[in-house]
Amino acid sequence: MSQDVHGATPAGVIVIGAGLVGSAVAYGLARAGVDTVVLDQGDNAFRASRGNFGLVWVQGKGYDLPDYARWTRSSATRWPALAEALLADSGIDVQCKQPGGFHMCFSDDELLERQARLHRLQNALGDYPFQMLDAAELKTRLPLIGPAVVGASYSPQDGHVNPLKLLRALHASAQAQGARLHGGVQVDRIDCAPGEFCVSAGPRRFVAPRIVLAAGLGNPGLARQVGLQAPVAPNRGQVLISERVRPFLAYPTINVRQTDEGTVQLGDSMEEVDFDDGTTTPVLAAIARRAVATFPLLQGVGLVRAWAALRVMSPDGYPIYQQSNAHPGAFVVTCHSGVTLAAAHALRIAPWILGGAQPDELGVFTGERFLPDKVFSHAH
Amino acid sequence: MPTDPLFQPVASEARSPRTVSLSFNDQPLMVPAGSTVAAALLMSGINRFRATPVSEAPRAPYCMMGVCFDCLVTVDGVPNRQSCLVEVAAGMRILAQEGARDLLLQPANIAPGEVQP
Repeated sequence: MSQDVHGATPAGVIVIGAGLVGSAVAYGLARAGVDTVVLDQGDNAFRASRGNFGLVWVQGKGYDLPDYARWTRSSATRWPALAEALLADSGIDVQCKQPGGFHMCFSDDELLERQARLHRLQNALGDYPFQMLDAAELKTRLPLIGPAVVGASYSPQDGHVNPLKLLRALHASAQAQGARLHGGVQVDRIDCAPGEFCVSAGPRRFVAPRIVLAAGLGNPGLARQVGLQAPVAPNRGQVLISERVRPFLAYPTINVRQTDEGTVQLGDSMEEVDFDDGTTTPVLAAIARRAVATFPLLQGVGLVRAWAALRVMSPDGYPIYQQSNAHPGAFVVTCHSGVTLAAAHALRIAPWILGGAQPDELGVFTGERFLPDKVFSHAH
Repeated sequence: MPTDPLFQPVASEARSPRTVSLSFNDQPLMVPAGSTVAAALLMSGINRFRATPVSEAPRAPYCMMGVCFDCLVTVDGVPNRQSCLVEVAAGMRILAQEGARDLLLQPANIAPGEVQP
């Protein structure tokens, strides 16, 4: 490892965080030929990237913030290119499939609310394909659907990947492109000097003219040190994992999906319980009941695992993307849709960090929107 | 491929001479009562319990304590049972677990809502 005379490791860009967000950005940077150092905390970190559901999801997102819908779509449409690049660089097929996805509704009110939400997005974005399906129409598309489902929205924009393979592929691909990944690095401090950031982690130091904060729930404390705001907080999601079964579901849905290897993932809970990433029986039971109501044949499926992970949520649920005014060259990148947005992070955020224009959609995602004199909505 | 069973009961542990008859892939077997299905099959010289869902590689029990899920078999129509946790019973019909189970072929003898042991 190259070190300068002061014992610090120099780099072109330092990325703090090697979850889905940090490693996607790092992959984009490394592909652009920049000497990229990625600092990963360790197995004691909360690691949202190892607990997620794997959806590449567009429908319904950003209904009160069209720029988020545009940004999400711009990533979903770039996902095939990302998957192809990852396969070429790492040999790992992350199983990106975008056949469209279903959001099931269990009451007429839910179905009407869903329709209103998607119409509003279609009016704002123009090209925004979706269909509302009643129970009979849904049954022709998904014959195994249960009688409790009164209808669904379908959008051809949606898809899914294997999220664990994705994290591994991003790490392997970034390193194949020359990025240097350091594990077990707990960042203590960032010192800012004109044109240089120095990251201290125990006895180790890393220096670079640009730095990207992608440390998930670790970002609030890091952002303050470089003049940025990142008031993110944990939101717990719990997941059930089944034994492997033969393929029965060719589409992702918001709460049930089948992986390429046959596992069925059941999910979609949201709780604000601070930094508690444990599972609870009532929430897991509710997840299981909803899954069985959606697809009654799941009633006899064996469950082999349950876990919880902490989403990285800002107060309005939307991402924070910003370069520091006080310390140019320092960027914060944080969101809770690290799978869906991975393509945008690799292919659109990385060029911005290297001095290119900020992507048009990102102007509304500054951290300053959360300062006390600003009004914001909790809807997301 | 070895033809003799690799596994023998510890002599001091083989208290009961009682046996039960069951079948594995329709082959009749006499096995010691009170043993687990995994132990009974290994003792009988069975070394391929299942094929993995992804690569169809052969598998036999590994941990014998309920952790590794490598000993999966179908027992009396119920797929993916951990054979190291199931005690043998007379007349038990055991089949190798060939890859992933098929949810579209639910066993008829499982009542809706029944909790699997």
